[in-house]
Formats: sequence, C-alpha cells, structure tokens
Amino acid sequence: MLNYIWSAIVLLSVVCSIFLGKGENLSAAIVDSGAQTVQLLLTLAGVITLWSGIMKIAEESGLTAIFAKIFSPLLRPLFPNLDKESDAFGSITMNITANLLGLGNTATPLGLKAMHELNELNGSSDTASDEMIVFVVMNTASLQLLPTMLGSLRQTYGSNAPFEILVPVWLSSACALSVALMIAVGLNKRKRRL
Amino acid sequence: MELAMPIFACVIVLFGLIRRVPVFDIFMVGAREGIRTLYNIAPTIIGLMFAVSLLKSSGAVDVICSAISPIAQRLGFPPEIVPMAMLRPVSGSGATALLLSVFEDCGTDSFAGRVASVLAGSSETTFYATAMYFGSVHIKNTRHTLPAALAADFTALVMSVVTVRLFFY
Repeated sequence: MLNYIWSAIVLLSVVCSIFLGKGENLSAAIVDSGAQTVQLLLTLAGVITLWSGIMKIAEESGLTAIFAKIFSPLLRPLFPNLDKESDAFGSITMNITANLLGLGNTATPLGLKAMHELNELNGSSDTASDEMIVFVVMNTASLQLLPTMLGSLRQTYGSNAPFEILVPVWLSSACALSVALMIAVGLNKRKRRL
Repeated sequence: MELAMPIFACVIVLFGLIRRVPVFDIFMVGAREGIRTLYNIAPTIIGLMFAVSLLKSSGAVDVICSAISPIAQRLGFPPEIVPMAMLRPVSGSGATALLLSVFEDCGTDSFAGRVASVLAGSSETTFYATAMYFGSVHIKNTRHTLPAALAADFTALVMSVVTVRLFFY
C-alpha cells in the first residue's frame, strides 16, 4: 500500500510544483530533507535507545510479570471460552501488558506466539476465531500508559508541557478501545446465536 | 505530569535493584535492541519525510488543505492534521513523520499540534498489525476484525478533537 501512496505523493508534488512554479523550492527540499531527517533520527535514537534499555530492566526484573498478574482478571471476560491456565491466555496477557508498558519490541513476539497458540485451538482453520478477533483488535488500539516517545518528541520540538496531553490521550484511547471491543465482542455473540 | 517520565524510570531501576538484577548490563541489552529498531525504521522515515517535504515545498499541501479545510473547519477539525489522520492506520513511521511536520508548522502546543499528539498517542497502525498477526497463522477470513479496528481509529480521531477542546479551550 505504501508503494502507491509514496509514488502518488512524489508524482503529485512534482506536477504541482510545475504548475505553481515552485521548482526551485522543490530542488531545495530534495537536498535538505535527507539531512534534516538524519538529524531527527539522531534525536529519536537517543529516546528509543534509552527507553528500550530501561524497559528491559522492567522485563528482566519481573516487574512486567507482576503487572501481567494484575491485568489478567481484567482480561478474563474478553476471552470467555479460553482456559485461564492455557498458554494462549498467558501469552495474550503478557502481550497486552507489554503494550501497556510501551514494550513494542517485546509485545510483538509475544503476540505472534499468542496467535500461534490460538491457531492450534482453532484447528488451524483459515477463518479467524472469536478470540483472535478480540486479541488483534486490542493490538490495533493504542494501550500505552506512558507514551514516552510522544512526550520526548513534543519536548524536542519545543513544547512547554510535553505531557499535558496525557489525560486526553488516555481518554481518547479508552473510548477507541471500548468501541472496538464492543463491536468485536458484539459481533462474536451474534454469530454464536445464529 | 511532567514528572511522569523520571518517576517511571526511577521505579523501574529501583525495582531492578531490589530484585538484585544487574541493572546496567540489562539496560545495555535493551538499548542495543532499541538501536536495532531505529536502524530498521530509519529508511522508512527518511523516505517518507522526503515525500512529505516534497509535498510541502511544491505547494501541493496548500492545494489539498484549501480543498479540505472548509469541510474540516465546519467539523471543528484542524485541517493540518488531515494527512496524518489518513496515513495513521497504514504506516506508523509515516504518521510519525507527518506528526513532526505538524509540530514544525504549527507548534507542539497549538490546537493542531495537540490534536495531532493525542491522535498519535491513542491510535495504532491498524492494517500493519492486522496483516502481521493474521498473516503469521495464514488466516484469510478475518471476519469483523477490520470494521472493529477501523471504528477504533475513527473514534480516536473524533475523541482527539473532543478531548483537546475539553481540556485546553
């Protein structure tokens, strides 16, 4: 999909610059954008590296596991047909916890493991099971409690209060997640009744 | 709120010390993973920032914005974040690139900058996550996953405007 979007943007820009007579600006932009982006990546490098390191401590010291234990009862009602002791439910809990803590690198492999285990319970069908739908939908919603990267980017770009958006982010995420879960769980139930 | 990050980091390090894990060694393992992540996303960000800067310098953004802004304005929606909102479900790094261009043009603490921040913090790369997770187990029929996930993205979009208005204006 990005192949088309990217090509469309480049072509559209060149055509536009010809019609609007902004060819010079465009040439300047082509030269400058690379250098500016590398500068930005250096800022990002600092933030990402630092927080990946700190969050690794949370993982290795067992802090993540404690959080997972706290969240597990909250996740139970979303997966009513899944055994509480099953590997699948364990992986789901760890994945959601990792997402909440902003451990992207950890969350993805755990999520793939959860999908693999759900797939076995689903008899390797090519149709998604109810649990898979709820699980993937949760992963397409943002669950992060402390968006460190967002905060750092805001600070880099001169915000007076990088974390002033924290409560709005939580509210907005909570609403988005609720809507997604209502639709996912609601449609799962409808199928069962049929 | 501004103490959120330092306290968060402090609690984690303290917990590591209490559990007697080699805190700095583990930090370095994680940091190395972080560098690798950056290495992986760097080409995407450079490529997309290039496209974004072409779009801005050619005047194409002005053309698009002037077309969209009457509708956006009636909905109380900052027109500057329309491109980002559209790219968000497709590409995470692309949306980050556009978020930064909003920061650059409007400022982080402007209405558009705040809405863009909240949107970035409360939505995810829907298509990417769906394709990755279902692709990994060869599921072809995803049933109602996408409608539910896209409804979440749309809710996040509406709520980012609503919450910013509620909290700041």
